[in-house]
Amino acid sequence: MKVAVITFPGSNCDYDLYKAAQHVGGHPSFVWHRERGLSGYDAVLLPGGFSYGDYLRPGAIARMSPIMEDVVAFADAGGPVLGICNGFQILCEAGLLPGALVRNDSLRFESRDVLLRVERTDTLYTADYSAGQILRIPIAHGDGNYEADRDTLERLEEDGLVVFRYVDARGEPTEDANPNGSWHNIAGITNGRGNVLGMMPHPERAMEPILGSTDGVALFTSLASSLSALAS
Amino acid sequence: MSRYKLEVRVKPRPGLLDPQGKAIHHALQSLGWGGVEDVRVGKAIYLDVEAASEAVAIEAAEAMCRRLLANPVTEDFEVSTVGALQEAGS
Repeated sequence: MKVAVITFPGSNCDYDLYKAAQHVGGHPSFVWHRERGLSGYDAVLLPGGFSYGDYLRPGAIARMSPIMEDVVAFADAGGPVLGICNGFQILCEAGLLPGALVRNDSLRFESRDVLLRVERTDTLYTADYSAGQILRIPIAHGDGNYEADRDTLERLEEDGLVVFRYVDARGEPTEDANPNGSWHNIAGITNGRGNVLGMMPHPERAMEPILGSTDGVALFTSLASSLSALAS
Repeated sequence: MSRYKLEVRVKPRPGLLDPQGKAIHHALQSLGWGGVEDVRVGKAIYLDVEAASEAVAIEAAEAMCRRLLANPVTEDFEVSTVGALQEAGS
């Protein structure tokens, strides 16, 4: 699995993603945002961080980077594109995913472990999870409140495009379990085609016992095995 | 060509929760301004634009809003001219 980790000025989870890809046997490379071309890559990862200092809106300036034209073309051709945290914000700004991520309703930067429920196990990214499985994954964001217009939100639910939801220990998407005010406790969504995934929580920070959780591993093994299944 | 000073106001769309506005609203109330019924926080962006006419300058700023300055999912925008106009080079 050849993986491009796109780095922007202000990315800060790029090495974590690089390590996560290596952890599951992948071959990652950093691709600087001013470079062009993504041929030869099997998947593209957009890391978390604060690209361009979140100026204007998180992701708004990064989305105009030269490489983003290639990321959009890669996604349009069906290539897997995963955006985590700031990467999710960039995917929304780029129009690869619907909606937007606005200020947390708590008005605080939320940095802690949360519980997620796996809503879909038939995606490239979640095949190694079980349906309804509850994951412990860290979040670290100030703008993770998922918003979209009513029609889009209804379509997301009708089409089953919500992949991860914030839940409590019983697996219920309660208001208390929602760290940022996201509509319907949305933590991660996919596009209709299923090749683009955006999520606010950080699976790449839940890869080893010493980090407090290994619940992120299956996301990357899912991607690696989906890709090798596609290749064979 | 003339130079135009433009003000772009970007504000949260009606109905969208604006937690900053809510926090400021509470602060105003606790300072005794009980008559304040709602607070919304937006941002203002000031542009110096050289264009053939005021209408062209405004049109350009509106295009900038659609492409970059505002997010149509969450924000509305308004553009107006502010300050004195100046002939370029004068």
